[in-house]
Amino acid sequence: MASAFEYAPAPESRSVVDIAPSYGLFIDGEFVEAAEGKVFKTVSPSTEEVLSEVAQAGAEDVDRAVRAARKAFEKWSALPGSERAKYLFRIARIVQERSRELAVLETLDNGKPIRETRDADLPLVAAHFFYYAGWADKLDHAGFGADPRPLGVAGQVIPWNFPLLMLAWKIAPALATGNTVVLKPAETTPLSALFFADICRQAGLPKGVVNILPGYGDAGAALTAHPDVNKVAFTGSTAVGKEIARTVAGTSKKLTLELGGKGANIVFDDAPIDQAVEGIVTGIFFNQGQVCCAGSRLLVQESVQDELLDALKRRLSTLRLGDPLDKNTDIGAINSAEQLARITTLAERGEAEGAERWSPACELPSAGYWFAPTLFTNVTQAHTIARDEIFGPVLSVLTFRTPDEAVAKANNTQYGLSAGIWTEKGSRILAVANKLRAGVVWSNTFNKFDPTSPFGGYKESGFGREGGRHGLEAYLDV
Amino acid sequence: MPTSAPTAHALADVTASDGTLRRFLHGLPGVDAVGLEARAASLGTRSIKTTAKAYAIDLAISMVDLTTLEGADTPGKVRALGAKAVHPDPTDRTTPATAAVCVYPDMVATAKEAVAGSGVKVASVATAFPAGRAALDVKLADVRDAVAAGADEIDMVIDRGAFLAGKYLKVYDEIVAVKEACGTAARLKVIFETGELSTYDNIRRASWLGMLAGADFIKTSTGKVAVNATPANTLLMLEAVRDYRAQTGVQVGVKPAGGIRTTKDAIKFLVLVNETAGEDWLDNHWFRFGASSLLNDLLMQRQKLATGRYSGPDYVTVD
Repeated sequence: MASAFEYAPAPESRSVVDIAPSYGLFIDGEFVEAAEGKVFKTVSPSTEEVLSEVAQAGAEDVDRAVRAARKAFEKWSALPGSERAKYLFRIARIVQERSRELAVLETLDNGKPIRETRDADLPLVAAHFFYYAGWADKLDHAGFGADPRPLGVAGQVIPWNFPLLMLAWKIAPALATGNTVVLKPAETTPLSALFFADICRQAGLPKGVVNILPGYGDAGAALTAHPDVNKVAFTGSTAVGKEIARTVAGTSKKLTLELGGKGANIVFDDAPIDQAVEGIVTGIFFNQGQVCCAGSRLLVQESVQDELLDALKRRLSTLRLGDPLDKNTDIGAINSAEQLARITTLAERGEAEGAERWSPACELPSAGYWFAPTLFTNVTQAHTIARDEIFGPVLSVLTFRTPDEAVAKANNTQYGLSAGIWTEKGSRILAVANKLRAGVVWSNTFNKFDPTSPFGGYKESGFGREGGRHGLEAYLDV
Repeated sequence: MPTSAPTAHALADVTASDGTLRRFLHGLPGVDAVGLEARAASLGTRSIKTTAKAYAIDLAISMVDLTTLEGADTPGKVRALGAKAVHPDPTDRTTPATAAVCVYPDMVATAKEAVAGSGVKVASVATAFPAGRAALDVKLADVRDAVAAGADEIDMVIDRGAFLAGKYLKVYDEIVAVKEACGTAARLKVIFETGELSTYDNIRRASWLGMLAGADFIKTSTGKVAVNATPANTLLMLEAVRDYRAQTGVQVGVKPAGGIRTTKDAIKFLVLVNETAGEDWLDNHWFRFGASSLLNDLLMQRQKLATGRYSGPDYVTVD
């Protein structure tokens, strides 16, 4: 970083959010204790400070919540779409009104920079509720037949990387289509979901329509296995996704899975280099790389390799890592000690297998979970870091000579969630995009999300689509 | 940054003919407008507070080319401007002087006298500013006139008509001729009038063209058209000077001009400099603001930082 122009700290105030010392489960419109009385602590990844103590759901709580959702389903699904829309619009507006509070909360609980929660997560959360509110009274015209019916109770399990955004992706379409919800947030990031429970009450949402059960994997397993759940939606790791698929197999439950990824970001020699560098940075360092659709494999055409890597290294040297509540921070903390250990192990394996490791000069804070932005060059398809999802700020750089080789390498993965193409040539974008086996292909941009655009994977990245008109299908009997 | 990095020698070759120059300029990497503007906007969200803000304000003051380019300019007005450039805030002598005063050629002598001995430079717009629509002889005479009157810096406008018609060599030759007319006495700022070049690709090409022809500074605009300096076009030009130095070792300055009115805006531009070209450009030898109304806002914000209170326009001089 330039020494002449040091930016003084610019921390966002914590006083806008009031975190209670303890929280219960949200069942049938009330905060209640867990049946077994268990609690767990949630910590701030950037400081390891304990933020709150949260009730830990078990099988009995899952059953209670599913029963509440089932009871609520009768009335909720019978409401005219326009009535359901009113609640969703109300939730969207409350999210907007409370967005500062929620952004600070999310940053505290997750470790990601306030710049991202404030400028990306929260606006998208509100946008998803607005978007699906608009669909609620138009389901007859969504292309799924004259009178598509809701499925019933949706059991939803979401990850820790975008806690509130994943909640919005799951809850908004479920409610719009007339389903009721039992949602389990991740054990490391339960707080924003609990604040959302409060928003549901503020919006006057009927009791039992949304139930929130903070807890661990066992609660998630109980939820997905519950016989009275009609629809299971999961976003998370491929391993857990496979487990869920086995559980659900042979039942009448509908299932969507949004799992891991190892996205290829392909830079051709005629790309807008400066913008490609920005796109690579956004692709892999957004949310510390803890993004399932991260562009974690950079495929660069050999002829521009040196130039691009020089530019990329120079750019990485300007990234600011530190206090996520500082408005100038680009790279925040890794979500948990466990995740940090996983990233560290995989990066070490990259070195051991012969790839060349590089990080900018970067001081890591003493407390909390931190990992410097990292670049691996001389990576081949045979390296572990080119195959396994790292879910951290680690970029593997590979090269190619021809478009065919780029496509072959991009598709040579067990995943298929996202890809990026960088070129000034429009015909090449179309030609290459058609050959990529990935759910989302961005051209001359990366990690851009919009509620109108469907999102989902190929192969081990899962199946089903969220977002857009396609996202309705997963919650309708069609 | 062309695909195969040319040496300084190869760069000299690109101006051998209209054809080679065109191939070189059109071989520069394209600019994705959406991505460029997104980057400029994201740097605009940097939050600059307390000591960093105080540093930025003083730096910005020292980078201002205090400008008066009106048909109604009088010697009295130019003298007042000169006095203000030397001591921008008469109530606080710790305030740095501005970089330069910028006037029409006929006012250079007056301006020179007004800032004599202060280190403040006198810049003059020449080459049939702002339209640039005159014969080369006339433009060169304009430049020589200003240099003879003592101008330290010449702000020339390029022939946008020739540029848009693809006559790059004509534009190049003109800049070379003006640079020669400046001699060693004056540094040359080349103004592209980015608002009239209309595409970012053109702005990148113009930047390289100007630098190849020997510009000491590349400057966005005259301040006389609808779209002047923007964070995006300045970011693009900062990338150009950064890449040019990486290839040739020659450092070129950047001057956004027109439309930068507030301290907040100026600080955003300094963030662009800091995070794009780097700290080597954070100096008034390499970065300037062409702005006439910016200075007073900088002074008022400076007073506010010093006293904790916002004073108002009557606590700074009108010009």
